Amino acid sequence: MNAISEVEVEGAALARRRHRVRLTPLRWFRGGGLSTFLFMLPLLLVFGAFSWYPIVRTGVMAFQHTNLVQAPAWVGWQNFSAVVHDPQTPIAVKNTAYFALLALVFGYPIPLAAAVLMSEVRKRRGLYSALAYLPVVIPPVVAVLLWKTFYDASSNGVFNTILGWIGLGPYPWLQSPHWAMPSLVLESTWANAGATVIIYLAALTGVNSELYEAAAVDGAGVWRKVWNVTLPQLRGVLLVTMILQIIGTAQVFLEPYLFTSGGPANATLTVLLQIYNYAFGNSLGGNYGKATALSLMLAGFLTVFSFIYLRATRSWSQE
Amino acid sequence: MSDERPSALISRAEWHRPAIRIGIGGAQALLLVVLIVVGLGPILWLAKSAITPTNDTITHPMGLFTHGAAWSNLREAWVNVNVGRYFWNTIVVALGSWLTQIVVASTGGYALSVLRPRYARLINALLLATLFVPAIVLLVPLYIEIVRPPIVHHSFIDTYWAVWLPAGASAFNVVLVKRFFDNLPREIFEAARIDGAGPFALFTRIVLPMSKPILGVVSVFAVLASWKDFLWPLLVLTDPNKQPLSVRLPSIASQTSLGVFLAAMFIACLVPIAGFLIFQRSFLSGPGLGGAIKG
Repeated sequence: MNAISEVEVEGAALARRRHRVRLTPLRWFRGGGLSTFLFMLPLLLVFGAFSWYPIVRTGVMAFQHTNLVQAPAWVGWQNFSAVVHDPQTPIAVKNTAYFALLALVFGYPIPLAAAVLMSEVRKRRGLYSALAYLPVVIPPVVAVLLWKTFYDASSNGVFNTILGWIGLGPYPWLQSPHWAMPSLVLESTWANAGATVIIYLAALTGVNSELYEAAAVDGAGVWRKVWNVTLPQLRGVLLVTMILQIIGTAQVFLEPYLFTSGGPANATLTVLLQIYNYAFGNSLGGNYGKATALSLMLAGFLTVFSFIYLRATRSWSQE
Repeated sequence: MSDERPSALISRAEWHRPAIRIGIGGAQALLLVVLIVVGLGPILWLAKSAITPTNDTITHPMGLFTHGAAWSNLREAWVNVNVGRYFWNTIVVALGSWLTQIVVASTGGYALSVLRPRYARLINALLLATLFVPAIVLLVPLYIEIVRPPIVHHSFIDTYWAVWLPAGASAFNVVLVKRFFDNLPREIFEAARIDGAGPFALFTRIVLPMSKPILGVVSVFAVLASWKDFLWPLLVLTDPNKQPLSVRLPSIASQTSLGVFLAAMFIACLVPIAGFLIFQRSFLSGPGLGGAIKG
């Protein structure tokens, strides 16, 4: 017993020695280690400086008071408690959740229905997908500012003119605390739905056509095939697009920032706008500690939420 | 997504049934109309209003050249509102961001996929980890880093490096390129090595020429993403003379008449739309999107 372990120890030591030999700088250099490292260098520098380092830095800054004037001071959990007790925070959280919910209601079923219908188009399918994708390539700033023009609240606004033809309106759109958020979601859905349609179209080509034939043999009509074959076959993709959409809409910034600056009466103040306001909204100097604390809380929530979501849906997605 | 794929959900026999042909065919025709109105309509309206006198757009937004066209909007936007300058800035921002993304993704992908040093696994894991970190976490510390860089001690605010360099840190690009390199035939690399090609020759003469498709896709998406970017250039480029179009547009809105502003917005759309029409396949066959979903 003892002897064996001694042999093992000796063997391990030998292996370690051999390991060490292999790693001498000269051997490393001769083996092409330096040129390999040179190829890796741009990635290491760029990611080190602009991805890994700032991620770690967030964790530090959230516990400091930093304003770029004085040296950063450690303040413990003070930033977090200041954020939690800020009366704006519950409003921002509620509005963000409302945006995400509305975006799911508007934006989740429409691309799916469109994609299923489009995948059965027999002529000019390319035209359909090009038209659906077109809004996605419009720069988001242009999309928002263009829709801001459409939402003009006077009776001569674009939407109010069109609705006036059938005797509706004029509606206040962005100026009403009640309608501002749905208006933002409508534009956001317009701008993003095309990308989801393309994802579903790609997933639909992967559905095994034998399943449709089998369903047809069993007497299933088109509706039954959609419900019992298409949707179950897509569920993996459907689950992923849903969580990606939730993660994306939880970080909505451009729409509330450009459409309404969070107004009217904080009706469109979102978490990201709140982070922006903490850090950059005050001309006297940013409160970077509070901003990083809130962004960490949002990231932490999204991580936990995604984890629970993936655990909860795992059995269903792999069924 | 080939158009030749036989319809699977609705069989040929079903298409012969009048109820299906009218029902589904009608729904598809309706969808086409909706897509034209919703997808193309706003852009056509923008194109029309860009060359319509401001007063006509304000009083009759849906009218069609009731008092003729105002081509002067475009010239006024380009010259008087400086859209020409901002357009050029946008191109400078986009080309620099494209270059860093291509350099980082191709050299990094090559090192991780083909050269594979010991530490490649660790770096790969760190790269994948960044894919799961929401972008918002980076915003503030990255901004502080640009204002007060740790080693350089010279602010990067109002230099294009502040946009170009962080653009290279796209883990998605590296993963996409690495995966493409992973699928290149190893025998060719071996043959090249036996013929005496070192890592540099292998990279420039074998790997890069074989990777034109993926580098093309990364390039198209890099330029488009940079054209769309707003918040980051807004934060780090404070000098209006250096800002790209997307950052300038909100300020232009308050400085000029509606017609000129809409002309400026129309100009801002031209390059992305042209790029989309030219490289449609890259967008619609969705290698980027599909790859993201498959994780």
